[in-house]
Amino acid sequence: MRRSSFRLVAAAAAIALAVTGCSSSGDDAANQDSEFEIFTWWASGGEAAGLQGMIDVYEAQNPDTEFINAAVAGGAGVNAKAVLQSRLDANEPPDSFQAHAGMELDGYVRGGQLEDLTSLYASEGWDEIFPADLIKAITVDGKIYSVPVNIHRANVLWWNPAAATKAGITKAPETLDEFFADLEKFKKSGIPGLALAGKGDWAIAHLLDWMLLATMGADKFEGLYNGSTSWTGPEVAAGIKNFQRALSYGNKGAGNLDWPDAGKLVTDGKAGFFIMGDWASAQWQSDGLSLGTDYTYAAAPGTVGTYQWLSDSFTLPVGAPHRNAAIAWLKVCGSKDGQDAFNPKKGSISARTDSDLSLYDDYLKSAASDWKQDRLVGSTVHGATGNNALMAAYNAAVGKYFSGGFKDNAGLAKDLAGAYEAGKA
Amino acid sequence: MSKIVKNKRSLSSRLGGLLFVLPSIIVVLIFVYGLILWSVNVSLTNQNSGTKKAIEYVGLKNYTDLMVDERFTHSLSNLIKFTVVFILGALITGFIMSLLLEKGIKGEGFFRSFYLYPMAISFIAMGTVFNWLLNSARDEDAGGLNLALQKIGLGFLQNDWYVSERGAMYAMALPAIWQMSGYVLALFLAGFRGIPDDMREAARVDGASESQIYRHVLFPQLTPTLLTILIILGHISMKAFDLIIGINGKSYVTQVVAVYMWEATFDKRDYAKGTSIAIVLLIMIAVVVVPYLRYNNKQQAYR
Amino acid sequence: MSKDLVDLITAKPDVRNKKRKLNGKERFWLIFRYISLTFIWFLVVMPIYVMVINSLKGVKNVYLTNAFKLPEKLDFSAWSVAWSGTDYFPQSISDSMTRTLFFVIQASIISAIIGSINGYVFAKWKFRGSNLVFTLFLFGMFIPYQAIMIPLVRIATTLELNKSIYVLVLAHVIYGIPICTLIFRNYYEAIPNELIEAARVDKASMVRTYRSIILPLSVPAFVVVLIWQFTSAWNDFLFAIFLTGGSPKLAVATTALNFITGSSNQVYYGVNMTASLIVSLPTLIVYIFLGRYFLRGLLSGSLKG
Repeated sequence: MRRSSFRLVAAAAAIALAVTGCSSSGDDAANQDSEFEIFTWWASGGEAAGLQGMIDVYEAQNPDTEFINAAVAGGAGVNAKAVLQSRLDANEPPDSFQAHAGMELDGYVRGGQLEDLTSLYASEGWDEIFPADLIKAITVDGKIYSVPVNIHRANVLWWNPAAATKAGITKAPETLDEFFADLEKFKKSGIPGLALAGKGDWAIAHLLDWMLLATMGADKFEGLYNGSTSWTGPEVAAGIKNFQRALSYGNKGAGNLDWPDAGKLVTDGKAGFFIMGDWASAQWQSDGLSLGTDYTYAAAPGTVGTYQWLSDSFTLPVGAPHRNAAIAWLKVCGSKDGQDAFNPKKGSISARTDSDLSLYDDYLKSAASDWKQDRLVGSTVHGATGNNALMAAYNAAVGKYFSGGFKDNAGLAKDLAGAYEAGKA
Repeated sequence: MSKIVKNKRSLSSRLGGLLFVLPSIIVVLIFVYGLILWSVNVSLTNQNSGTKKAIEYVGLKNYTDLMVDERFTHSLSNLIKFTVVFILGALITGFIMSLLLEKGIKGEGFFRSFYLYPMAISFIAMGTVFNWLLNSARDEDAGGLNLALQKIGLGFLQNDWYVSERGAMYAMALPAIWQMSGYVLALFLAGFRGIPDDMREAARVDGASESQIYRHVLFPQLTPTLLTILIILGHISMKAFDLIIGINGKSYVTQVVAVYMWEATFDKRDYAKGTSIAIVLLIMIAVVVVPYLRYNNKQQAYR
Repeated sequence: MSKDLVDLITAKPDVRNKKRKLNGKERFWLIFRYISLTFIWFLVVMPIYVMVINSLKGVKNVYLTNAFKLPEKLDFSAWSVAWSGTDYFPQSISDSMTRTLFFVIQASIISAIIGSINGYVFAKWKFRGSNLVFTLFLFGMFIPYQAIMIPLVRIATTLELNKSIYVLVLAHVIYGIPICTLIFRNYYEAIPNELIEAARVDKASMVRTYRSIILPLSVPAFVVVLIWQFTSAWNDFLFAIFLTGGSPKLAVATTALNFITGSSNQVYYGVNMTASLIVSLPTLIVYIFLGRYFLRGLLSGSLKG
């Protein structure tokens, strides 16, 4: 009797020990996984360097977990999405995967392939620290499915100061009228007004996305994606008309330039303006160019005071084999340390409003201050307001219009309307 | 002779043969035919991973939808353009190469080896280079063929290559021609050299000119070779995927059937649509290949 | 079957009337042929030329407009970045190259053994319906693999095969069955039946006939199949990317290359070109040294041996 009760006590003690052992890190779901796999398409350059920064933070906090960075690259995630898809459907999800925050996740959410992370937002205090507009934009039916690690700005105008001076342009155009006047000035000075990159359709679609926003304003633009603005109405028609006009100032043979090629035209002074997301700055910096002399920037015309954002984020797939490790990873993703390790290298700003700005370069500092005060609008082409089906059809519609010599405005409007429908289906 | 041999064989030895290939037969049945049937089955449903709805059979709806899908017809017409230009281009280039080499020339081995090397390299590796060579940038920005054309004084021939509205698929066929004309060369060369010299000599004795010999004596002998080439190139062309993704991604202007299938399956997550496109593609290939296999099978049987 | 295709191609036709002095017209045609051959030679070599010179220009500032220009000074830094990686290219290509070599060699050997057995049966031990079965095999050579990829991934995952590189060995062995069988069958068809007959008179079993008579004669066919499987498995992208699911532990040459060249935001053409070249080298080397056998494998796709 005594012996058996001794055993009982010992067992209880062992259990207690095990339990306290589990929660010794002060956490109810401590990470005891020996392995952890994320899936990204950040293959090289600043993206890979930034990711490594965040991984370092994670490994310092979780020394016993082996980190595996599965990556599949390829033209803006062409192959990555395919492989990810095949893994999710085979019930072989990675522990966490990269996706643009917002509607890009729509298909995974509707397919029941992502876990709801709302409680993590509450426990980590992210509700307070991420901007309310962002939280609103990534909430689906009251639930949030991913943790944004950064913010890129899509609506940025880039140019070469010397080329602008030569063309007689003294200040950044703030309205579309000024923009078109400046395009004309560039043209007169002997270079194409606008650098275009047609490869893969998305950079041209990126231009259209900005032009629609600039033409109709943020409210009507958001209406396009909640059904209150018609795709076949006058606003879109006017936007397409402006788009057509801007394209006519483009460089010849833009069709298969990749965006770095088009960007180089601008920094070399061989083309005037360039509308591109702010990853352009990161590329040029790594090429050894300097802000202010080789290139400079402003908010894209017609959208001053509006911040068209896109955001990379990480998720928690249903059935993740190392769920605790994944949650630990997501906590790093959302943390100040994690984001400040990632973003200065990636060339983006932190999604948090409390980041340490001394770590960031001048462009990013100004972007961070705009991020706090501007009106926030999501990017269509980069997955914030459009899901994968919509983006694919949207890019194809623009590709068709552009390769057809940008003549068929009505056809484009119709195809865009079709793309919106494809996203809803 | 082989007939007599067959009759002599005991039943056990004949079954023995079957026994040794049985594992392969089972594997092929499962992994080729079984998986095709699996795909056919999916293509008759509404399976769509992006929308979580009950899977039900919808008959041939996916196929009839494709017929009126503008994107699909676009990719189909792109594929046809590509196929025609690729086959004609490779055929003509390879044929010219074989004509130049057929009689034997000093340095033949050197030329022949170089003409054939493109087939050893994958398009995943060649994508970057061809993207440069077929770049549409012109004049002072030009880098690839446009620059080369300027340098040899043919600057007026500069064009948009694979991003032009009408010529896109024709330009896209160039790398494919680059890769496969060596194959055509090899087959034609074998064809030419398989023709007994006597035939030439006889024609020569009859007073035929060189060009007459080619037209009336040699070319007719090459018809079976031509048929083989058409079928091999045809099926390669219909499967075109690596080449196009490697050079121009999923861009609308150069989208072909295999690329559209990729988009439907993985961007739209619409498996039903993706598999039905794949099955259409399979049928197109089968239409070309099956008669050829049957013809080949018959020949083997009577050998 | 009379003469092997490759023998025909590489046969040296006696250059007619070699001794005789060429007349004007013949000389014109000879010069014309050389000029045409050289012109075509330039077109064929151009892509690899661009690849090579741009791999010698360093990491940065390799741009389109200088595509044909020789490097001002030789800079091999792109080679070391592509091969062993740096901060910016944490995933180098060296690991995946060794891994690819490892699995490709195994896949080729297994494929060759299976192909040899199958070919032997289809050529010399025909059973009822064997021609039909063989034709059904051949069809598997022509299918677009996209049509079977999704179910295949599902099977591989369910059976947990996708945790190791052997999943690729398996895939290439399975989908290599048709072509390997074809190559061996055509080769064995050419072996005279009398040889087999003699063995049969001695009451040698099928297996022993294979071991003592067929196998020793098979070396050239083995080389052809090994090279064919080596090249196609090395260059394969589709199976590799789907079956390994992007796991860095299972990256092979083409997927690693895609990883380097496919980055969306930052592009270093110098490294891209170099990595592409490195990945192409093994198959190119095989081609250079064993071109004859490579050609034979290639031509077997035309079904007639």
